[in-house]
Amino acid sequence: MNPHALTQPKALITLLAGALFGFGLSLATMVQPEVVIGFLLFKDWGLMLVMGGAAGLAMLAYQCFPRWLARPLLGGQFLTQPARWNRQTLIGSAIFGIGWGLSGVCPGPAIAALGTGNTDILWALSGIVLGGLGQGLTARD
Amino acid sequence: MPLIETLFPLGWLHYLLGGLCIGTGVALLYLFNGWVGGMSTVFSSSWSFVFKRSFFQQVRFLSSRNWRLVYALGVVLGALVWRFALAGGEAQHTSVPAWQLMVGGFLVGYGARLGNGCTSGHGICGLGALQLPSLGAVLTFMATAFMTANLLAWSQT
Repeated sequence: MNPHALTQPKALITLLAGALFGFGLSLATMVQPEVVIGFLLFKDWGLMLVMGGAAGLAMLAYQCFPRWLARPLLGGQFLTQPARWNRQTLIGSAIFGIGWGLSGVCPGPAIAALGTGNTDILWALSGIVLGGLGQGLTARD
Repeated sequence: MPLIETLFPLGWLHYLLGGLCIGTGVALLYLFNGWVGGMSTVFSSSWSFVFKRSFFQQVRFLSSRNWRLVYALGVVLGALVWRFALAGGEAQHTSVPAWQLMVGGFLVGYGARLGNGCTSGHGICGLGALQLPSLGAVLTFMATAFMTANLLAWSQT
């Protein structure tokens, strides 16, 4: 049984979770590359509050729910996504940061731009789509 | 307080509320479905619909590719709700030049997938799960992003 199986109730929750994510990104003005670049130039520290608030709640969720409940409310299992520290993580993250500093756009805000109607950011979104393809095509199997 | 105005010249509350909104979404996805909601995997997993190459046909992409697309659709809807409920419905614009968006975007997509995570995958979910490799990833991309943005600004003065 695939723990990622998408039942109808799970699809509804996924849509709602994504919507909260997209609404939050927009409310926090992270969908504006200028604001992100302003943070990277030390002009405005707001991004720290966004990440701190989000990571803080995520930490509570990841630490508490598996202790309180045997399984998620809609069934399946509490999955983990173990990160590894290796050359790929280091080099990939370094490249990601260069792109982020250049564009002020990361994957979430690039997707959200389809909702805010920021068509300029479609340049960045197509770049990300192609970058993901390029990585997959050049990855060693 | 002057310190707060120096750190947050545009105000701070909307940043915190936005971050809490994002965190609530990530927490809901875990509470109800048990899934970890990073945003960049969709840019690998969706290619599995198109390419038979074994990299894209990994179980981790095939098994989760459907919900990741629904999740991305949710992000679009949430941004749409914000636009029409709070921003007067006007389409947004950015003055960042197209080449920076395109080249930067490509590096973001390539790098996030090579490093298995982005600002949300490593920054929110990885740090939330207390994963040390994610802390390393966050410190690395913050450092190169600071350098890139400052070099670019410096070269343009």
